[in-house]
Amino acid sequence: MSSAYWPEGVERCSAGKFLVWLAAISVFLAWGGYAAFQIFSNGIGVTGLDNYFGFGLWITFDLAVIALGAGAFFSGFLRYIIRIDELKNVINLAVIVGFLCYSGAMLILVLDIGQPLRAWFGYWHPNVHSMLTEVIFCITCYCTVLIIEYVPLILENRKINQNKFCHHLAHNFHVYMPLFAGIGTFLSFFHQGSLGGMYGVLFGRPLVYREGFFIWPWTFFLFISSAIACGPAFTMLCGTLMEVITGRKLISYKTKALLAKISGLLLCFYIFFKILDTYAWAAGILPGMGLTFDEMFSSEHGYGKGLLWAELFWFGLLPAIMLVLPQVRKIPALMYLAAIMAAIGVTINRFVFTVQGLAIPVMPFDRWTTYYPNWAEWSTSLMIVAYGFLVMSLSYRYLPIFPQEVELNKQA
Amino acid sequence: MQAIEFKVKWGMLVNLDKCTGCGACTVACRAENNLSPEVEAGNKLRTNDWMNIYELSNGEPFPHHEVAYLPRPCMQCGKPSCSTVCPVVATTKDEEGGIVSQVYPRCIGCRYCMAACPYHARYFNWFDPVWPEGMEKTLTPYVSARPRGVVEKCTFCHHRFMAAKERARMNDEDPTQLAEDAYIPACAEICPTGAITFGDLHNPDHEISKLVASPNAFRLLVKLGTDPQVYYYSEREWVRKLGDNYLKNDKGGENV
Ligand code: SF4
Ligand code: SF4
Repeated sequence: MSSAYWPEGVERCSAGKFLVWLAAISVFLAWGGYAAFQIFSNGIGVTGLDNYFGFGLWITFDLAVIALGAGAFFSGFLRYIIRIDELKNVINLAVIVGFLCYSGAMLILVLDIGQPLRAWFGYWHPNVHSMLTEVIFCITCYCTVLIIEYVPLILENRKINQNKFCHHLAHNFHVYMPLFAGIGTFLSFFHQGSLGGMYGVLFGRPLVYREGFFIWPWTFFLFISSAIACGPAFTMLCGTLMEVITGRKLISYKTKALLAKISGLLLCFYIFFKILDTYAWAAGILPGMGLTFDEMFSSEHGYGKGLLWAELFWFGLLPAIMLVLPQVRKIPALMYLAAIMAAIGVTINRFVFTVQGLAIPVMPFDRWTTYYPNWAEWSTSLMIVAYGFLVMSLSYRYLPIFPQEVELNKQA
Repeated sequence: MQAIEFKVKWGMLVNLDKCTGCGACTVACRAENNLSPEVEAGNKLRTNDWMNIYELSNGEPFPHHEVAYLPRPCMQCGKPSCSTVCPVVATTKDEEGGIVSQVYPRCIGCRYCMAACPYHARYFNWFDPVWPEGMEKTLTPYVSARPRGVVEKCTFCHHRFMAAKERARMNDEDPTQLAEDAYIPACAEICPTGAITFGDLHNPDHEISKLVASPNAFRLLVKLGTDPQVYYYSEREWVRKLGDNYLKNDKGGENV
């Protein structure tokens, strides 16, 4: 019986139901797999990307999931280094979400770069002046750290853990977890920053170029702070979504509210500096390039100011205020809504930096251009989401991810 | 990153008052540098023209309407925004002459350099190149064809530069002091109106070093700090003014 493989003392759906669920996920995997096959056999030309939009949906997707996946390293940091004990209830979830976000992003990058077989050149011929080199270093190293953090969870499976070797191995992994949490934090801080730095250094792109501190443009720090602000909220949302799908209680509301509070505080910090940065950019950098704030937007082409206001206020300031107010955190629906808004806000930010930054004509005689992702980009992105659902479903069914599950459902 | 100063600095000046927009430079460039024929050229954001021609307009209604044509090669920027960002050193500015290189076998196709270049001078190989039967015989043997998945751009016909240095060495001349026109790219050679002047910006014997000093010479987007090695020339102020972005009543660009 498969129940022998389930974590101790929990209920899971029948094998038949689970297979139907996996079949539904496989539809998306198959569709994305077909697109990936087309891309590898014909070239990236099958996508909607072009010479003006070398970056598009894929890079936006990568940056967004990497920001949202920051919950893993930041919860690890808070749990193991700052020692907020409450977070032990979500740390496993955070690790898996983080692992899925990062490995998913790397899978997309394999499709996105024109010569995937040369991906290792980043190590072999590194350009130490490029922010992207640092991103390649840190993301690959950090993904390895996440695998190291995920492995002991797999070893915790009831059957696997009966094996003596696996049991001890898992134990030893746990002992060293603070060390990996520390390494993960260091690596993550840097690549989250470098992803922002990647844009901030582009002095040929008025929308994204920023001055900064020493070699780091301000976007370096803004990307770190927006990622650590949204990560915990996103982890909380993933847990909640799993509760909705499975119909079981997995995380206590107290823990969720703590994650929401952490996100809220950091979001306030981030959005304050983001607004300052936007002002300094509009008042300082743009005029120096001979450009005006208005010239950075064109609603006719889909890149209106509405996006900026949405990012700063509706999906930035508003959720930040909501999440720091204890009254709002007491009402589940409002707290979840605010967390969703925060996640949307950071996604808009990454989209604007990636796509709108390229749509703006820099040469005065050039034109605005619009980018539409096509089926090949959507299906592969959805494939990564489906991959996330797949791994999460298997992990949920067979691994003891939620320390509170047994307790919470007994009460219920 | 610190910009390198070179003894020899190859530069180009396009006289926009002479350019008729005929496109001969584009065609010569395509043939010289083995750009494969476009299979589908409907989407102009997908086509590949190292020497792309833009149409400029003064925006006035008839009868005051005027146009100009602006051929845009790679600017071989003094401070390139592209090469500094490449994660794998597949594009550099480190060779005497100041030409920004592109190393096809090393490029991983991340397209970060394309996002960096404000002139849209970089092109990605979206598919493998295809030459219609027999046309492969017209390929230039000194220029490698590029596979899909890498970025390419104008190189100022770098292979001609190498050949010119080779000739100079064989004739016991100094390869760092090439005579005027000993090395010129295909576009400059073919231009029927003689709109394109090419030479060493640091060599006082080369005509270009005098032309760029004219108050009618200007470069594109200098305010960004790219310091291009390609100059344009026009006696019409509205044309010069289109070389950069200006706020209302703003001066401070090049020769406006
Ligand atoms: S024009 Fe573009 S591709 Fe050429 S050197 Fe300048 S930034 Fe690089
Ligand atoms: S596309 Fe090629 S040349 Fe351009 S930044 Fe990436 S690796 Fe470097």
